[in-house]
Amino acid sequence: MAKYIFKRLIISIITIWLLATVSFFLLRALPGNPFQTEKLLTVEMQERMMAYYGLDRPLLEQYFTYMKNLLNGNMGYSLKYTNRTVNSIIASTFPISADLGLRSLAVALPIGLALGVASARKRGKAIDYICVVVAVIGVSIPSFIMGSFLQYAFAIKLKILPVSQWETTAHTVLPTVALALSLMATLTRVMRASMLEVVMQDYIKTARAKGLSEGRIVWSHQIRNALIPVLTMLGPMVTSVLMGTFVIERIFAIPGLGQHFVNSITGLDYTMTMGLTIFYGTFMVFANFLVDIAYGIVDPRIRITK
Amino acid sequence: MSNMQIELPKDAFSRVNTSSKESELITRPGITFWADARRRLMKNKVAMLGLAIIIIITMLAIFAPVFSEYTYTKQDLANTNAPPSREHPFGTDSHGRDLWVRVWVGARVSLAVGIFGSIIPGLIGIVIGGISGYFGGKVDMIIMRFIDIVMCVPNMIYIILITIYIGTGPAALVVAFALTGWMGTARSVRGMILQLKEQEFVLASRTLGASPANLIFQHLIPNTLGIVVVSMTMGVPSAIFQEAFLSFIGLGIQPPVPSWGQLANLGISVFRIYPSQLLIPAALISITMLSFNLFGDGLRDALDPKLRM
Repeated sequence: MAKYIFKRLIISIITIWLLATVSFFLLRALPGNPFQTEKLLTVEMQERMMAYYGLDRPLLEQYFTYMKNLLNGNMGYSLKYTNRTVNSIIASTFPISADLGLRSLAVALPIGLALGVASARKRGKAIDYICVVVAVIGVSIPSFIMGSFLQYAFAIKLKILPVSQWETTAHTVLPTVALALSLMATLTRVMRASMLEVVMQDYIKTARAKGLSEGRIVWSHQIRNALIPVLTMLGPMVTSVLMGTFVIERIFAIPGLGQHFVNSITGLDYTMTMGLTIFYGTFMVFANFLVDIAYGIVDPRIRITK
Repeated sequence: MSNMQIELPKDAFSRVNTSSKESELITRPGITFWADARRRLMKNKVAMLGLAIIIIITMLAIFAPVFSEYTYTKQDLANTNAPPSREHPFGTDSHGRDLWVRVWVGARVSLAVGIFGSIIPGLIGIVIGGISGYFGGKVDMIIMRFIDIVMCVPNMIYIILITIYIGTGPAALVVAFALTGWMGTARSVRGMILQLKEQEFVLASRTLGASPANLIFQHLIPNTLGIVVVSMTMGVPSAIFQEAFLSFIGLGIQPPVPSWGQLANLGISVFRIYPSQLLIPAALISITMLSFNLFGDGLRDALDPKLRM
């Protein structure tokens, strides 16, 4: 196990290094510079800004400086938010996005999986059709539309919940629901499909033949085996949800991380984009690593250490 | 136990006149996999409903702007933000442009981006996944590690990067989707090819002297086509969603050319006063995505031999 973790760690570090390198040169290949978008700056002033941030040096030298700083955990200053480091921006906005993400997952995971299981067990019955219809509608309504309508219905018309901002628990309800609905729908679909596959397996017949109670069969034979495809999906899903969603954050005016993903690239904020890419990538690698370990726990036949 | 015995006289039985040849005879015409899948798809009412809605929306997108006296850019500043009426079935926007025409021109853009933005990455995925799975070894390892690394970054970042580089517009979006969207398909095609290439028909074909290209494109890829077609169908709603999302945040299709996402974005600013300007594009995006999802579900059920009973 220790050997496996060590090997994975090495692969992860190489992955993140490649990711950082590729995005570094990809970003610099883009036309324009970060200060061009501010129209007030003359070309001369833009050049002085470039020199101030060391962006006039040879590209390779910049790359090595960046990598050296990155090894010390320092991702540099944002080129757009004057005097703020990328680290501090991530540190102040990530907890908000993660908070919203965790709330949504806490709602979506149990309900989504429960609906998937219920739907598969009552295949062809009314409850199955209801779950399937709700799930397909859930994945078909984009989050920005869902968010706008929830806001309109509950905050503007009914006036029972605040319109936007991120302050009290009441403020968290609408964005959480808007985000959770599509997650829930996706989980329901995957879990239903996976359960249907498992229910037809021979070992379920064996379990029934040896006289296990229906509860045991469902919990320790069907659900446990059906969880594998859900787990595979969970790594990328949790990462993207915790990293914040641009649209939900914009609609509800939540000061989270999601907005920076879009704004930093369109503004050519090199350091910020790099920092976010690396942060996201590291998180994803780590999440997938946890998922791989979870495979072994859910299904002992899957041995990660060969 | 009863002791009763049923008397069965010998003459109650007679020999059915069969010869071994006749019992082997195929009485019904053979049915190919695709014909069978089509038959099952046609029986699926929900999927057919989805297909019908897709066809209606496509027809309206093609013909509605042709038969209207308005164009999507023509402004009528005396008649702005009009509610739906006989003259303007969907009303007008803040510049007095007819929303009926704008919505259906937007449908052309959104559907084109959705369909090509799903098919093209799908095709790239098939080819790369096929090569990776067939050759294995170093080629496979490099391609798979590359995919692993690229998948560590949200797609949206690449798409925005590419649109910064090659500009915005429907074609640019399709290119961006093509360059970023092939990896999922490549992975699943590779997985299937790995299983298929060990099977006997491949060995037989190779013994008969088939070239690698022949094997990949004649034998291996056609066998993965069912799943790929399903994933392409399911990719259409997500491409429509991505276009809508990008246009919604102002990075996709640029005005004055409309798309559904952009119309929704314009509608959201006047949502509280003129809700229909958001409701109509939002409903169309959702209905189209729903129809493609329903059709895709039906297609998956029709093409999956495991679901036959």
